[in-house]
Amino acid sequence: MDDKLIIKGIEFKSRLWVGTGKYKDFEETKRAVEASGSDVVTVAVRRVNIIDRKSENLLDYIDPKKYKILPNTAGCYTVEDALRYSRLAREAGISDLIKLEVIGDEKTLFPDVCGLLKATEILAKEGLIVLPYTNDDPVIAKRLVDAGAAAVMPLGAPIGSGLGIRNPYNIKIILETLNIPVIVDAGVGTASDATIAMELGCDAVLINTGIAGAKDPIAMAEAMKHAVIAGRLAYKAGRIPKRLYATASSPIEGML
Amino acid sequence: MRFFVFMRLIVNGEEIEKLHVETIHDLLNELHIEKGRVAVEVNLTIIKKADYSTFTLSDGDKVEIVNFVGGG
Repeated sequence: MDDKLIIKGIEFKSRLWVGTGKYKDFEETKRAVEASGSDVVTVAVRRVNIIDRKSENLLDYIDPKKYKILPNTAGCYTVEDALRYSRLAREAGISDLIKLEVIGDEKTLFPDVCGLLKATEILAKEGLIVLPYTNDDPVIAKRLVDAGAAAVMPLGAPIGSGLGIRNPYNIKIILETLNIPVIVDAGVGTASDATIAMELGCDAVLINTGIAGAKDPIAMAEAMKHAVIAGRLAYKAGRIPKRLYATASSPIEGML
Repeated sequence: MRFFVFMRLIVNGEEIEKLHVETIHDLLNELHIEKGRVAVEVNLTIIKKADYSTFTLSDGDKVEIVNFVGGG
């Protein structure tokens, strides 16, 4: 079945995208990513450790030839910082993709959508493939598309909260409003959350804490892989309408 | 002739003194950093990889060398 996700000409074979933060070590990161079946991983941009040069690098475990690398601007609270990190990420020479975050509040890590809109417009003009992490707000999502976003990444719930898809109706409206891919980012706590996102019609789901924070991250990575596939298939299959009353599955004819 | 020309740089927030470092290429070599996976900024300006061997560092420059780490 040909059901590939394509963003600006880049083909993604997996609709589950995974983060690489919060694992106990690189070996566990690698095993979880492999178990997830994902071909795209997010990374953060940080200073090289110049004191301890023996310390290993994430990309020794996650081969950029095998995986699409999606750098983020996590930790950026201003447009200026988000631009700086995005440009540095691009100059590293591995990816033109950027998961753009402009955070507006420390406690909720909710996006500052005003700043996000500005940064999206500037970076899209510079030729980056901008995937903004945004609120579940259909109006802002549309504005981000107009500003040049290649896909939008609305949150299901706050980052790392595991609260699932808190506003499926807004996500549905975003999906109906936009003509570019919609990827739920943040909030997915367990397999059923990922399935719900995909059943709504989302193009992909990005999960980090939901996998890395599980008691057994490798098993959860595999669970998420199946959950995303199941949700996608159910969406494409077309679910039955919900009814208040029963409709018998077995025929009345032939009864004694 | 130049003897014992030490360059004082602030690299990733650490003050370092280096001998025989003139360009970014030299600095990365000194620090055993492979240029393939990093990006370099000098005094808030990003330097293109192609310019690493021609961009001359000056005493007191603030250099940032970043790479990718685990993140969500």
